[in-house]
Amino acid sequence: MKTNKLEIMVCMGTGGIAAGGTEVLSAFESAIKKLKIPAKLKKGCSVHKVGCRGLCARDVLVDIIIKEKKSTYQYIKPDMVQRIVDEHIVGNQPVADWLATEDYHNFHEKQVKVVLSDCGNINPESIDAYFAVNGYEAAKKVLTLMSRQDVIEEIKRSGLRGRGGAGFPTGVKWEICGGVKNAQKYIICNADEGDPGAFMDRAIIEGNPHSVIEGMIIGAYAIGAGKGYVYIRAEYPLAVERLRKALEDAGKKNLLGKKILKTGFSFDIKVKLGAGAFVCGEETALIVSIEGQRGMPRAKPPFPVHSGLWGKPTVINNVETLANIPHIIRKGPDWFASFGTEKSRGTKVFALTGKVKNTGLIEVPMGISLKEIIYDIGGGMDKGRDFKAVQTGGPSGGCITADLLDINVDYESLAKVGSIVGSGGMVVLDDTDCMVSIARFFLEFTQVESCGKCVPCRIGTKRLLEILDRITAGKGKEGDIELLEELGKDIKASSLCGLGQTAPNPVLSTIKYFRPEYEAHIRDMKCPAAVCKELIEFTILEELCKGCGACVRACPANAIKGEKKKPHTLSSELCVKCGSCFDVCKFGAVKKE
Amino acid sequence: MINVTIDGIKTSVHRDTSVLDAAKQCDITIPTLCHHPKLTPYGGCRLCIVEIKGINRPVTACTTPVSEGMEVTTSSPVLEKLRRTTLELILSDHPNDCMVCEKAGDCTLQELAYFYGIKENRFAGERRVYEKRDGNPLIERDMEKCILCNKCVRVCDEVQGVSAIDIAYRGFRSKVCPPYERDLDCEFCGQCIRVCPTGALTGRMWSLKGRQKDIREVDTICPYCGCGCNITLDIRKNEIVRVTSKEDTINEGWLCSKGTFGYKFLNDPARLTKPLIKYKGKFRESTWEEALGLVAKKLLKTKEKHGPDSIAGLASARCTSEENYLFQKFMRAVIKTNNVDHCARL
Amino acid sequence: MEITSNVEKTLNRILKDFSAEEGNIISLLQLIQDEFGYIPESTVGWFSGRLDIPESRFYGIATFYARFYQKERGKNIITACCGTACHVKGADRVINAARIELGLAEGENTTDDMDFTLEQVACVGACSIAPVVIINKKVYGRQTSGRLTREIKALKK
Repeated sequence: MKTNKLEIMVCMGTGGIAAGGTEVLSAFESAIKKLKIPAKLKKGCSVHKVGCRGLCARDVLVDIIIKEKKSTYQYIKPDMVQRIVDEHIVGNQPVADWLATEDYHNFHEKQVKVVLSDCGNINPESIDAYFAVNGYEAAKKVLTLMSRQDVIEEIKRSGLRGRGGAGFPTGVKWEICGGVKNAQKYIICNADEGDPGAFMDRAIIEGNPHSVIEGMIIGAYAIGAGKGYVYIRAEYPLAVERLRKALEDAGKKNLLGKKILKTGFSFDIKVKLGAGAFVCGEETALIVSIEGQRGMPRAKPPFPVHSGLWGKPTVINNVETLANIPHIIRKGPDWFASFGTEKSRGTKVFALTGKVKNTGLIEVPMGISLKEIIYDIGGGMDKGRDFKAVQTGGPSGGCITADLLDINVDYESLAKVGSIVGSGGMVVLDDTDCMVSIARFFLEFTQVESCGKCVPCRIGTKRLLEILDRITAGKGKEGDIELLEELGKDIKASSLCGLGQTAPNPVLSTIKYFRPEYEAHIRDMKCPAAVCKELIEFTILEELCKGCGACVRACPANAIKGEKKKPHTLSSELCVKCGSCFDVCKFGAVKKE
Repeated sequence: MINVTIDGIKTSVHRDTSVLDAAKQCDITIPTLCHHPKLTPYGGCRLCIVEIKGINRPVTACTTPVSEGMEVTTSSPVLEKLRRTTLELILSDHPNDCMVCEKAGDCTLQELAYFYGIKENRFAGERRVYEKRDGNPLIERDMEKCILCNKCVRVCDEVQGVSAIDIAYRGFRSKVCPPYERDLDCEFCGQCIRVCPTGALTGRMWSLKGRQKDIREVDTICPYCGCGCNITLDIRKNEIVRVTSKEDTINEGWLCSKGTFGYKFLNDPARLTKPLIKYKGKFRESTWEEALGLVAKKLLKTKEKHGPDSIAGLASARCTSEENYLFQKFMRAVIKTNNVDHCARL
Repeated sequence: MEITSNVEKTLNRILKDFSAEEGNIISLLQLIQDEFGYIPESTVGWFSGRLDIPESRFYGIATFYARFYQKERGKNIITACCGTACHVKGADRVINAARIELGLAEGENTTDDMDFTLEQVACVGACSIAPVVIINKKVYGRQTSGRLTREIKALKK
């Protein structure tokens, strides 16, 4: 499609914009405008924004394509633009110092991009850009050439499973709902991505909103829905904006609305903004929230496919699931099924964060080993620290330890070791992370987000958190670990919805793999990773302190005193244990234990 | 009809019956705190969990409809352990002051705690602390005892159509309250008190008037209007302590604020217990025989002197339909006038 | 907030927008909040009367969702992300520094002069540039206590 002689693509996802993408883009625009080249040539220039290409840590990332040769720049600031234009575009000599390094390419090498294939390559705010990469071809094919059953069969054959967490086969869900007789049905796109540490849905909508819309059109056709909703977090303003624009453009091209593409099929999509409740990612809570009520889940059965939004049959699919659909239709179910393992087909997007060198969004074939993700794609541990564990699946998931790094990442394998694929959050932890504190962090989150409807979740998570609180404060008692285990299991078994049924997972899995760390907190009143405030002490090592005063300035509590160029002292009474001094000391003179 | 097996008992029940109701029909009781047969199932207390063959986790009996061939187990070591934990959790956030609680002896939570023998609590921790408030003389709200079963909210909405209260906040901070946590300002029908399974909602008028065990029940009809709601007077030492209503009555156990709270006059010393006759501008006590005789005599006299249409009868909405029927019959057949009306028309 | 004739004009406009869309309480509350920055109690009473929806329903919903505010908020909104990635990269320290700089006690979110509101959100989905702070809708990645303190100081001027 590349008809442009020169294409400049500036990453402008949330990460890119935060790093100054808007300014970089306009710098390029004005620099190109000033160029003394013939107008005809200028016409062939395209400077545009693209969505997230994964490695947000290196933003602003800029791709420059001249005569189909692509160069990628990293960490670009507006003041660097002129030199790139002068040397690279005019002089045809890329600025070597600023080009993305080898590990940038390694980051992408082992990835297989299906859902993200166009994210970061096309302008997400242009429907024509999506058309240019065969966008809406799948929808056209489905609406004009395929029967509803054909579509369902293809999706079933592809082996696609829900990417939102539970991994229910998408084709089967569609088939059940398609089989329910009702004139009014709904399809809902669940974009209420609430798991802390997961942001693939945001990136997909920011980077390629049309792929989700196309997936919804196909799904709606397959199940016979006339109306769709996208339930999206209000915390994602950019995604909302791009989604709204995409819907409007699709409507103008008659890809939504009455008699789509002159077929007999009519379908429309509305956007519903969330109002800040994690539990609304649970499908029954999401439904009542769209209905305008308190987002409290209701018991299943009946399942939404039978009785969902306003009591009508409803299919709820996650963003990533829907974004896979056009690819499956276009390239065939066998192509899709060729990725992944027997039971977990296709690729999965993960948000790789934490203490690895390359943090960002990655798409890998199911079944890839954790080791490959962390060491090949992630580039290994940051700051050369030791790998301790990787937390997958966010607050519903669990931890995986070093000796399990060879396991394959797919639904079954992760479940076997007590974790989940979940929505795809993957937080890498090193030896400076305390596992009790991590478990406490997740529990604090789920406890605040519990809707309060059912007893085990409402009071149970509160009690779990209280026990963890006292352990991390050095007030744990013998038997607390066993109590956590017992209560955790009971909460899982008797809670009403997925939130409560999975909330104890982070606790149970850290106990399973890091029991001695819990015991150290309780018996020795020590936090081995030196994280838990109440159990650590900061001191300044006289022999290493150069008296530079950095810690004095950093200390918010005025706990550090000392003359310039002489060793400082830290008053343990005044110390609030914030760790600022530890962070700023360049000489390693602050001791934490 | 749907065939189901519950704890080995085969039975067939109507479509759309819940597992809880189906079990009830087999005379199997499943513990519950948030379920009320007349209200939308909620599934919040998690006590009515049962095991169903083919479903890999316990489900609540109140929300699960029966399906053909379903095999249900209502009690097992696993289920009882989960119920115990759930109860223990509820009690860990409860004042547990049964000895002075108005509801003691008539409290579902207390009964279940007794049944499950919960003495110690493994989960003692933070309890919600709420200040008691509300200036009204009728409904006492002790929200620390609230277990958030949502019955009061549902009855106020689904039965009464008032929605004076709802659950606010979420999670552990959830709280049933009027909008903006103002004082309760509603119809004061008292339905919420009626459905509350704990001592969170009680009647102020019957505070400290006696325990359930001291009470003698007398079934009667509400004297307030022609609806004729069935009421039960809870009586202690020949004094009405409170008014309740049973669920198997024509009013399905529901009452309005007059039926619930309007009984004070009965034991009021100023209440008339004998007919009075006004003679020379002054009332004097009399007997029913004399008083009714006097009325009959005067009516006959008026009728003879001025004709039947000089008399008009006005009946009361507080009489029953039967009484009102008899009254118009009396006016038409005995007095022979059609001048009869009813105060509810005014 | 008092319902003046000016406010009433606004409320009538919201009511019209609301009725045109297939609105519900959540979308109505969102419209109110977009307009006033929070949800004034008096507006809830106003709509409850017009729409015959009990106030208790409004209150239940407004307190359920974290992004509905019952109280007026500061002129500058600082949103600190507390997602997992931000947490392990020291969001707590950054938040603490902001609290100290703004003189906010535990449990307080808004400064007395109504200049600043500091809020914490679960995850803004910008994990790879953690820790993240959003100041007046602009996203700042890789925040440190020092940088955030400087930003706040600049806003104070």
